[in-house]
Amino acid sequence: MADTIVLKAACASDGESLHLQGVAGRGGATRILGRRRGGRRRLADALGLCAALALSGCGRDQLPVIAARGPIALAERNLLFTAAAVMLIVVIPVFVMAFWFTWRYRASHPKAPYKPHWSYDWRIDMIVWLVPAAIVIALGYLVWTKTHRLDPYRPLVASRLPLRVDVVAEDWKWLFIYPGQKIAVANELVFPADRPLSLRLTSDTVMNSFYIPGLGGQIYAMAGMQTRLHLRADGPGSFVGRNTQYSGIGFPDQYFAVHAVSAASFRAWVARVKHAPKTLDAAAYAALAKPSTRFPVTYYSAYEPGLFDRILHKYTARMRAPVPPPAPHPGGN
Amino acid sequence: MLGRLTLHALPFYSLIALGGALVTVLAGLAVLGVVAWFGAWRYLWQEWLTSVDHKRIGMMYIIMALVMLLRGFVDAIMMRTQQAVALNSQGYLPPGHFDQVFSSHGTIMIFFVAMPFLTGLINIVVPQQIGARDVAFPFMNSLSLGLTAAGAGLVLISLVLGKFSAAGWTAYPPYSELKFSPGVGVDYWIWAVLISGVGSTLTGINFVVTIVARRAPGMHLMRMPLFTWTAFCTVILMVFAFPALTVASALLGLDRTLGMHFFTNGHGGDMMNYINMFWMWGHPEVYIVVLPSFGVYSEVVATFSGKPLFGYKSVVFATMAIALLSFMVWLHHFFTMGASANVNAFFGITTMIIAVPTGVKIFNWLLTMYRGRIRMVAAMYWTVGFIVTFTIGGMTGVLLAIAPVDYLMHNTTFLVAHFHNMLIGGALFGYFAGYQYWFPKATGFRLDETWGKRAFWAWFVGFYLAFMPLYVLGFMGMPRRLERYYVPSWQPLLLVAELGALTILTGIICQIIQLVVSVRNRAALRDTTGDPWDGRTLEWMTASPPAAYNFAVLPHVHGVDELALRKESGSHMNPPGIYHDLEPCRDIVVPNNTGAGPLIGALAFGLGFAMVWYIWWLAILAGLGIWGLLVMRSFDDNDLHVIPAAEVERTETGRLSAAAR
Ligand code: HEM
Ligand SMILES: [Cu+2]
Repeated sequence: MADTIVLKAACASDGESLHLQGVAGRGGATRILGRRRGGRRRLADALGLCAALALSGCGRDQLPVIAARGPIALAERNLLFTAAAVMLIVVIPVFVMAFWFTWRYRASHPKAPYKPHWSYDWRIDMIVWLVPAAIVIALGYLVWTKTHRLDPYRPLVASRLPLRVDVVAEDWKWLFIYPGQKIAVANELVFPADRPLSLRLTSDTVMNSFYIPGLGGQIYAMAGMQTRLHLRADGPGSFVGRNTQYSGIGFPDQYFAVHAVSAASFRAWVARVKHAPKTLDAAAYAALAKPSTRFPVTYYSAYEPGLFDRILHKYTARMRAPVPPPAPHPGGN
Repeated sequence: MLGRLTLHALPFYSLIALGGALVTVLAGLAVLGVVAWFGAWRYLWQEWLTSVDHKRIGMMYIIMALVMLLRGFVDAIMMRTQQAVALNSQGYLPPGHFDQVFSSHGTIMIFFVAMPFLTGLINIVVPQQIGARDVAFPFMNSLSLGLTAAGAGLVLISLVLGKFSAAGWTAYPPYSELKFSPGVGVDYWIWAVLISGVGSTLTGINFVVTIVARRAPGMHLMRMPLFTWTAFCTVILMVFAFPALTVASALLGLDRTLGMHFFTNGHGGDMMNYINMFWMWGHPEVYIVVLPSFGVYSEVVATFSGKPLFGYKSVVFATMAIALLSFMVWLHHFFTMGASANVNAFFGITTMIIAVPTGVKIFNWLLTMYRGRIRMVAAMYWTVGFIVTFTIGGMTGVLLAIAPVDYLMHNTTFLVAHFHNMLIGGALFGYFAGYQYWFPKATGFRLDETWGKRAFWAWFVGFYLAFMPLYVLGFMGMPRRLERYYVPSWQPLLLVAELGALTILTGIICQIIQLVVSVRNRAALRDTTGDPWDGRTLEWMTASPPAAYNFAVLPHVHGVDELALRKESGSHMNPPGIYHDLEPCRDIVVPNNTGAGPLIGALAFGLGFAMVWYIWWLAILAGLGIWGLLVMRSFDDNDLHVIPAAEVERTETGRLSAAAR
């Protein structure tokens, strides 16, 4: 079953996500990220698409990083492209000089000039220092501004409030707790495409790294610590998320399905989960937390309140200290 | 009695593991057999293992590096093959085996290929380049070699007894803690790293003192050849960086062996403390690994372009800047831990700043070739191949320094491609260039050029085939350290990468053939002049191979590229001695060989092995033995002997007449 999820998301054989993706994004309201993004995005998309088609028969969904499908992923990818393009200013001359000098000044070349003592020219030295320095200053500016703008902790501004989900890394599966909906789900993340995602993450095992390539960058999930991540999709679609930090023998199977769906579908899905027979009580959680691979997608119609904070404080609390009350979760419901 | 060590430690659980163990054991037996066949025990012990001659120590380091390169490469090709076939299946490796393989591959390549290779080159070359007779502490040098070999031995024996770590070459807790990795693997890793790390620290101290205190008269800092400069920065980094690794791995060892909680989940442990300390060593380490290669390229490009290096001062300054900055960037290895944007942006920018001096160096090498008369020998091939390849790796490195880009590409094969771009195209190519370049100095005969060039082409093409697909796979979202996968579109690229690894294999075979062919043709390839390449620096004034004392009379230095200066003024062949500088030969005092270094190395191996398996009595015995040997050695007053002036004179005139012929 896990296989089919991946194949579906990876190959877009269902057509739905491909289609939706073509529509999405262009009109999407992402205020903080997407200034001037129309033209640049189309160009970059075209490039990405060419690369994708050249590389495989299956289409752009094979390259989730290039064919970004959320504003965060898109902004991060564009940053990559921009920085790479800027660096070509030094890289191309290096290539040209490497080939040209090797050829031109080879010892067997009869007419090449030879200046056995020439070893310094302050003008050239200046250029050699200043051009890379200028590029690094430009890139440094980019780093400073974009690192702040794309800070994973920074809530996304959107017309609708974000959906809060608490994420727990387990051996070798992912638990998603929806405090607003009072449901919990293993190995599947469903959210309304028109709302940003506001994630809190921790781990009940070793260090994990939470990554949905199509939607944006990753963040570590660590026991006893809480990290944050904000993501957003351009529109409805399916993705694959996974742990990228090696965590033991179940690591290869530690991926999960991600579905961005319409508001109506999300409501329907929540209703379905609420009717699920299982609840995430202590016994169910213990079963979940036990190391296992290929844990099926499981819906829990309820969970014990404060679960996320209990997992978190399991590792931070001193012996027998009372568990502090759950921290208020900023942003959204 | 034997702690945790029982018969279960033998690798009968899988054919592949058993095969690996058998190959290791058989290879070891084969070496012993060859030595026994030639009855060379005494020769091996007296002339090599106990030697305190920096040139021999350097050669032993390089031999160790080459042997471990083979082992590390076997791991690499096993991984490539696994990923080439493991689509929707377990592949050919038993579950969990792949994880040991990437861990041992990374550990071996960094600690037991790169480190010994660069240490070997520094050993052979630096004392000669600065016009010294020896390093500052010859015995400590032999001890460092013994400790490094002990670490390598622990990694090798882990293939036979028990399993190696599966926690990657970084051994991040809490996965590497007892709770999640209960076997002996991580302990093997800890002790291999601890013991060889002490060796590296000692090497660092030794060469800092050597370069500071043993330079020939007139060799100011700003007259030092560039390889010496890069070696100087490297060894300074070793001294300052390695303690961080030693502390981090020792604390991890305390967690595991004594149940402490430095990095555990809960009980006040904090994994990020380990990760910070690890990379406080780890980032300087990448410069430790690559700076000596920068030095090699600087020497090679100047020699074979027939020109001084362009902008010597600029390059020296750039090297120092890199060394200094390398301590200020470590956090870029974990931008994704959730630090604040200010922190990430700061470390992103410091990382990028390093690109400036590095870029300067690239241009200066190119400008050295400009208007030169370039002899395209194999060493030059590696150098030009490096310039092109390293530039790509530098570019992807700067990309990863941009925190938001790193959020996207971290832990993917993009990262794997980037660091191999630097480690192979940057560091390894440089070691190979240095191997090709200084081989005649160390052995007395050159390496075959044709096979050298073939090896270059195979490595060069193989590198691109093996690692460019990984950049693309990173864009496809493929994580690193993946044993099996379910995405069909990854497979074609992984097959290309496999082809690349096989191409690299042919390169390695070419290098083996090169060595065999060169040894066979050594008469024709003999270097009688001591200066086979028309070199520019002092090491080409000694004989090939140099006498035990290197320089009969210490040279007086007048500028950068001292030998080139002398050649111009026609003074380098001044009878009665090449470099007598008008002084007569005197008696020369040289250190005696000593068995203390290799014996302490053997005991350190025993200590590590005992600690891995909880064989406490052996650990105590080995520890006492090490202490005892050190005490004995420090009371040994008979550690020097004199080479009389007459013998020096005889050696030198013999050499001069051979060179004249
Ligand atoms: C000779 C050709 C080489 C090949 C084909 C090769 C291949 C590989 C592969 C397949 C991996 C695992 C990638 C993954 O995690 O998905 C890897 C990891 C690694 N390699 Fe290499 N490698 C080579 C040479 C080197 C060299 C020369 C060095 C260092 C000097 C090196 C250092 C490393 C390190 C540090 C890792 C990371 C191990 C870990 O994940 O813990 N490799 N290599
Ligand atoms: Cu680094």
